[in-house]
Amino acid sequence: MSDLQQLYQTIILEHAKARHGAVELTPLAEAVALGAAGGLRVAESHQINTTCGDEVTLRVSLGAGDAGDTTDSAVTDLVWTGEGCSISQASASILTDTLRGLSATSARALLDNFREMLRSRGKIEPDEEILGDAAAFGGVSRYPARVKCAMLPWVAFEAALIEAESH
Amino acid sequence: MTSFAPSSALSSPTGAQHPEVGPLTNIDVERIRNDFPVLHQLVNGHPLVYLDSGATSQNPISVMEAEQEYYEQRNAAVHRGAHTLAVEATEGFEAAREKVATFVGAEADEIVWTSNATEAINLLAYSFSNASLGLGGPAARRFSLGAGDEIVVTEMEHHANLIPWQQLALRTGATLRFIPVLDDGTLDLLAAADVVGPHTRLLAFTHGSNVTGTINPVAELVALARRVGALVVLDACQTVPHLPVDVKALDVDFAVFSGHKMLGPTGIGALYGKAELLADMPPFLTGGSMITTVDMAQAEFLAPPQRFEAGTQRISQAIALAAAVDYLSETGMQRVQAWEAQLGQRLVAGLAEIPGVRLLGPGVGVERLGLAAVDVAGVHAHDVGQFLDDAGIAVRVGHHCAQPLHRRLGVTASTRASTYLYNTTDEVDLFLATLAEVAPFFGVKQ
Repeated sequence: MSDLQQLYQTIILEHAKARHGAVELTPLAEAVALGAAGGLRVAESHQINTTCGDEVTLRVSLGAGDAGDTTDSAVTDLVWTGEGCSISQASASILTDTLRGLSATSARALLDNFREMLRSRGKIEPDEEILGDAAAFGGVSRYPARVKCAMLPWVAFEAALIEAESH
Repeated sequence: MTSFAPSSALSSPTGAQHPEVGPLTNIDVERIRNDFPVLHQLVNGHPLVYLDSGATSQNPISVMEAEQEYYEQRNAAVHRGAHTLAVEATEGFEAAREKVATFVGAEADEIVWTSNATEAINLLAYSFSNASLGLGGPAARRFSLGAGDEIVVTEMEHHANLIPWQQLALRTGATLRFIPVLDDGTLDLLAAADVVGPHTRLLAFTHGSNVTGTINPVAELVALARRVGALVVLDACQTVPHLPVDVKALDVDFAVFSGHKMLGPTGIGALYGKAELLADMPPFLTGGSMITTVDMAQAEFLAPPQRFEAGTQRISQAIALAAAVDYLSETGMQRVQAWEAQLGQRLVAGLAEIPGVRLLGPGVGVERLGLAAVDVAGVHAHDVGQFLDDAGIAVRVGHHCAQPLHRRLGVTASTRASTYLYNTTDEVDLFLATLAEVAPFFGVKQ
């Protein structure tokens, strides 16, 4: 596989088209009120990649943690809207598949692993057991200029999670 | 200025052997390429095809030698000190000003050195801002702006010729208006006649668009401004490097351009201003080297251009830029213009043949700069650029610092190929052939 094919793996190109979790977002205030009625904390984050103008707005719904664990919460839903290159769009799509249903703690751990891998300039092999489909972004780490593209929705998730937890 | 004989005379660029003798050909261009070391390398396993000169151009050996020679033999602060090196540095610095001034049809004291074109525009905006605060006395009142005054730009401006004016309007209470762009990427000149009205004090527009390659009708726009007594600022960043520009013939009040887009180094640009206007403008940056007498309460300022050149100047860059101007002059700007026009037409003709590729701006047969920006249906510009880079082809992707124009043309980003005197027709053809492979690679059916 050429470097370019490593970068644009089939699964990435497919997700860039399929855009799992991409919706037309309802007004945030409505979503927050609706979530609160159902015991969910809802927050979102809008991120822009100033290099290329790519944008992602990612909305997190946070519910109670497993078995009433009050120290943790669960990522019950993830939706997003955005516009950008295939890497950023596929990354958002794969993020929703990968993180939905995880505890906040597990989601953070996975995010940290993903970020470390992306910033390794190809030195860290992605761990498929941990990352699942997100391991497909291993090729991106050899393209420092594209790391931001892949990270964009994950940075949005990180910010939205903190915001939701503060509610 | 014998001590500053341009080193290009020593390395003898191609143009020196063929000064303005017939149009450039690929054979000439191959010789020109030998003067540009950076072009001779492999990128991702392919010979580099550099099509991003609209962002920054490459340097010929003579430019790098001029800068090196300066540092090796004459480095000193200019306009101060009486020692030999200081005198030589000052002479080189001022000879460079003279050369650059001549290149654009100006007098030497009408050229103010800046770091780049962006700083040149900010210099104007802040000088006008200071005039609006009453600085510069009665003579500067002609630059003073306030509520009810209008600054007019166009919808196709680079952010550098938009945001400084937005900010000036915010600081002074003036209103910013713009001449809209038509679907074909050209200015709506009918609307322009309405937008430029009795309240217009300043009209700032680009000579050539860095996105669409459109060359604007300067005479027509200047006439609109003159009718209402407005000042004219010309952004000549995309034209001074690529075609003969005579600021006097264009009759603009101010013009700006950047050294790094015209074979020169980064860190230097220039502001041209009509002598009588510069003479009445209050300074922007203040400090050393721009004053006559100073006491603890106030200072008197030097005449232009020194009034606008506070602090230690960009000496090596100015001298290297003069070497770049030599290189361009010896090659011949009309030949450069004709060659790039040919490359530009080849680009747009080829692009028209690729399914799913939309050219931004005027199409085949319309006068344009040697650049073209496109939208590839279904593939984001960043991905297009990545695919081309994999083939060793360097292009610009994104909004090219012109978000409003992209929005107007219905896209958020585009892919731009921009040529210069060192690009061959083969390179343009390779770009076109590689671009045609983009949509299939990303699985987009046309």
